[in-house]
This record gives sequence, C-alpha cells and structure tokens, in this order.
Amino acid sequence: ATFDIKKCDLHKLEEGPPLQAVLTREEGLQYYRTMQTIRRMELKADQLYKQKIIRGFCHLYDGQEACAVGIETGINLSDHLITAYRAHGYTLTRGGTVREIMAELTGRRGGIAKGKGGSMHMYTKHFYGGNGIVGAQGQIFETYNMASLWKLPCIFICENNKYGMGTSVERAAASTDYYKRGDFIPGLRLDGMDVLCVREATKFAAEHCRSGKGPILMELQTYRYHGHSMSDPGVSYRTREEIQEVRSKSDPISMLKDRMLSNNMASVEELKEIDVEVRKEIEDAAQFATTDPEPPLDDLCNHIFYNDPPMEVRGTNPWTKLKSVS
Amino acid sequence: MFYIRVTVRDALNQAMDEELERDERVFLLGEEVAQYDGAYKVSRGLWKKYGDKRIIDTPITEMGFAGIAVGAAMAGLRPICEFMTFNFSMQAIDQVINSAAKTYYMSAGRQSVPIVFRGPNGASAGVAAQHSQCFAAWYGHCPGLKVVSPWSAEDARGLLKSAIRDDNPVVFLENELMYGVPFEMSEESQSKDFLIPIGKAKIERQGNHITVVSHSRMVSLCLDAAAVLAKEGIECEVINMRTIRPLDAEAIETSVMKTNHLITVEGGWPQFGVGGEILARIMEGPAFNYLDAPAVRVTGVDIPMPYAKILEDNSVPQIKDIIFSVKKTLNA
Repeated sequence: ATFDIKKCDLHKLEEGPPLQAVLTREEGLQYYRTMQTIRRMELKADQLYKQKIIRGFCHLYDGQEACAVGIETGINLSDHLITAYRAHGYTLTRGGTVREIMAELTGRRGGIAKGKGGSMHMYTKHFYGGNGIVGAQGQIFETYNMASLWKLPCIFICENNKYGMGTSVERAAASTDYYKRGDFIPGLRLDGMDVLCVREATKFAAEHCRSGKGPILMELQTYRYHGHSMSDPGVSYRTREEIQEVRSKSDPISMLKDRMLSNNMASVEELKEIDVEVRKEIEDAAQFATTDPEPPLDDLCNHIFYNDPPMEVRGTNPWTKLKSVS
Repeated sequence: MFYIRVTVRDALNQAMDEELERDERVFLLGEEVAQYDGAYKVSRGLWKKYGDKRIIDTPITEMGFAGIAVGAAMAGLRPICEFMTFNFSMQAIDQVINSAAKTYYMSAGRQSVPIVFRGPNGASAGVAAQHSQCFAAWYGHCPGLKVVSPWSAEDARGLLKSAIRDDNPVVFLENELMYGVPFEMSEESQSKDFLIPIGKAKIERQGNHITVVSHSRMVSLCLDAAAVLAKEGIECEVINMRTIRPLDAEAIETSVMKTNHLITVEGGWPQFGVGGEILARIMEGPAFNYLDAPAVRVTGVDIPMPYAKILEDNSVPQIKDIIFSVKKTLNA
C-alpha cells in the first residue's frame, strides 16, 4: 500500500524525499518484526540489569526503533555505520543476533565481542560500534568541514531524543535546529518515529552521497522511553506525562501496526503471532545469555595487537606473566 | 573522642559547599552538575543553594568547557571543572596541559591558573575499556600540574579544600567506588579551615617489615592485606600517597630505610606508571642501600579493561596479589 508521510524540513536542498512511501506486505511484516525484536530485547535487558546480571552502563533504545530499522532499510549491509553508546538496536540491524547481543550484555563467551566489550562496545561487519566517549561539538564541525571539502559520501545522523543525559536540548544548544548545523552541508529534519519516513529520507540521503554530491545531514526527531542509562530514572528532568504521551501518540511500532491493520496488509492474529515468536526468541536468547559460561581466563590478554606474534603480558605483579595471542 | 561517619561523597560535597561560601570567585562547572545534582550526586544540593551563576551545567563538550574554565581562572575566578570521569578529560587534555599546566612557566610568572579539574578516575565496576582508565601517571608526568589522589573521606575533604585554595592547576582524582564508603572523621576535620597539605603522604598503618605504598582505592586493599599478613607475623607499613605530584619521596624513603623492603600498589597500568616512578626515585636516592630485596610494583594488568566480570576481576590487583607480592619480596 501507499502511505502519505510527513514532509521533511530541508536545509540547502531544493527538493527532499518523496511525500509518499510504498510499503509491501513483506516489508511491513519485516519492519514490524525487527522493531518488535529490538523493543523486547531492550525490555529484557532492563530486567536483567535490575537483577544485576547485566553490569556497568546500559543505554536502552526503546522508543527509537524506527531510526535503526528505517536507516538500515535505506542502505546496504555493505555500507559502513558507526554510532555512540546507545548501540543495541544497530548491532541487531547490522547483522548481530539477539543471542550474541544479550550474551555480550551478560559478559559471556558467546557474546558478540566474546564478553570483553560489554554494552557500549559491540561490533559486526561494517559496524564500528558502540562507542562510549562522545565529545559532542568541536569534532563534529571538524568532520563536517573535511567531509564537505573532500566530498566524502557520508550521512551524518542525529537521533534527536530531546535530552543529552539529563539536560534538555534547549539548555545545551544555542540552536536546536541540528539539521542546519552542518551549515554548508545540506540537511533534513524528519519524524524519527515513522519507519517509512526514516526509510525514504535515508534512501534520499544515500542517493545524494552515492551520486557524488558529498555529505548530507539527517536529524531524526525521536524519543527514548528509558532514562539516559539504567542509572538514570529518567524522570527528574522530564515528566511521566510526557513519556506517556509519546507512548500513546507516537510509538513507532504502534504506528506501523495501525497502518498495516487499517490497510488490510496483515491481520491482528498474524501480528500477534510475530509477537509470540519474538518473545520466544528473546527468551531463548536470555536463557543462553544467562547460562553461557563467562570467557575463559586465558582469553584475558588476547586481542591486544592484530597480526603480531604471540607475546607476554605483565600480570598484576612481576612474577605473573600472562600470554597474549592476536 | 568525637567521631562522625561521613562518606567520601558527602565529604567532597561539604568541602565544595564551604569553599563556595568562603570565596565568591569559586564556581563549579561540568555536565549535569547543577540541575541533575551531579552524575554521581557529588554536587547534590549545590545548585539549589548557589544558583546558576555559581553552579553551571555545560553541554557535552569537554574541550570547550575546559577551555572556558581555564580562561576564567586566568581572568581571576577560581573554577572547579568537573569531568564526569577522567576518561572524558582526554577530549580536553590540551586545555589541561597546554593552557593550564604550562602557562605560569611560559609567562615567566605573570599569569597563574588557579583551577581544579576533578572527577572520578580509574576502574569502576563493569564499565569496560573506555571508562576505566587511570590517569594518575599521565597527569603526574607534567610539570606545572599538581595531581592529588585522595583515599578516605578526610583526604577528600582536606585535599579538595587545599586544591581549591591553591593558586595552581590541580588535577583531583576521585574514585567512583569510594564515593559511598563511610569513614570516621575527627572533630578537628570538621573545621571549615581544615586543610591537608598537597604533597605530603600519610602513614595509615605502621609496620617494621615492609613498606607498602599506594593511592586511592587501593589503599583499602593494602590495609586489608596488611591485616591478613599481621596474623602471620608480617607487619606492613602502609603509606597512603595522598598526592601523586609532587611525590612525597621523603616519606617513602624514611619508611624504606626502616623496613628494608618496598612494594607499590596501584590500579593503573604498569608501564611508565606511578609505581615505576617511585621505584626509580628509590633507586636514585638514599634509601636504595637499605633495600634487602628488589622493590616491586603491583599494578593493573597491561590490557584494556575487559567487560566480563571474571575478566575484570582478574585485571586489577586483588588482596591476594598484594599478599603474594609481599611474601615474595620478603623471601627474596
């Protein structure tokens, strides 16, 4: 079926992505399944964190599913993607399995980084993590300059979820029109809760880059239901009413579901069945993630250098010499 | 004797509160320090008390706000610049070193930079490679900086007050795992002018057999190890460095000349580290001739910090590693 999607705000662009998107039944079911998988996976992570089976930092993606899923449908797996610490959704869309992701969160040997990276440091082919340190401003302007100067085919994406940890964007940014902040780089601002909007904008942006026009910026207006991380209750700087309102009016999964049902693209039972399958997949993954053994101690010092001969690594004292292989 | 129990977090909070009240040039800036009450709640209540002019929330832009803080210090204010963890200070390290540390020298005494950079340093629990690094050696390397590493609540209080009142750039390395730990504090330490001098170590436990030198959270482990060793008749003298730079070499030398044995204990990586510096000083100084065995270092393992619990636990010194090293040194 064909759906009307919201017009994007444009910066230094004559025209933007189309105002309509075609969605096939197969695509719809696939997007639904993937978004639901991310949603359920993140909620499971929340549970496991509260049970202290996941440790350290855990930045959950629920609410933002349409971004990761929409972006991936607009590009190819052979393209390259890098993100910050709210990375579980992208790890999945970039080819990771729920089992590997969850086992990484619980620090087991079956994790996508063998248990050594944790929540913020997940990688797959053409996916460069998962990064914990985010110096937000200076570096991005340096990058805008070089990308533009050298016409690099790069899409800069801002998932604007309205808060930088506990600080609202109004308190942190002199201009909150992030899509314009690339200045000489063209930009789009769009509804990040609508997976079709994200897909069309991404296709448009990818085409822009592939045709040699240089970099482009995309600002996705989205929302995170959880706090910044599991240490942040998320209600000291925003109201529960605000969170509830987004959930009831703009939830990305509900939006897709309503569209498909009202256009007879799927039945209630079908979608329920997908829900059941997803739940099972998450349960299986959680089961694996909680029973898989921790990494072996002899993996402690491996992976320091690539393609290097084996070497000795100092332990906690001069008498303890450990082994490292590439 | 009057004692009250105060956590390290509250000691830091009270120290800042008192210094903000005492000197209107003092102010605090950093991410989430004001309205969020601090990412680790160290600045709880301060924004409510002192308002927007003295407690300032910054955007997530370390290089930028560290630079602004240094400029403010140059112009006559006394900023406390918080890094949410010192891992993030790497984004701003040029400002710390080139704008703050070196300026008094480069200006031949014309321009001082009375700034404090503070925040949690070193390993926490499960926060993985990018959030667990110890920066004591990196900052300790630089002339022009004072580098302080408190352990107890009393250290935190007295050293932070001294750091704020010091007219030079001070890097103040806290520890997240110590924030919630309560310590008994004496009545005199509650005085608003209670200061601990920067550059002086403290002997936390006296002993005759071996000198154990440490800083920050590792001091706790050294004391625990010393208690176990005491049962076997081995008496450790545990020295809490309190300051990384300037290093109190004299205190360590005096102790080594008494015990004839030395180990250092730190959470950071071994190569080019705090322990390495201490051992070099001992080699070069009067205490060398008093050593009956080579001095050794107990350190973190020479790898990026892994996430999985079993790996993380084996990446930092444990009490058993300290005990093992003490015994090996004494039997050498």
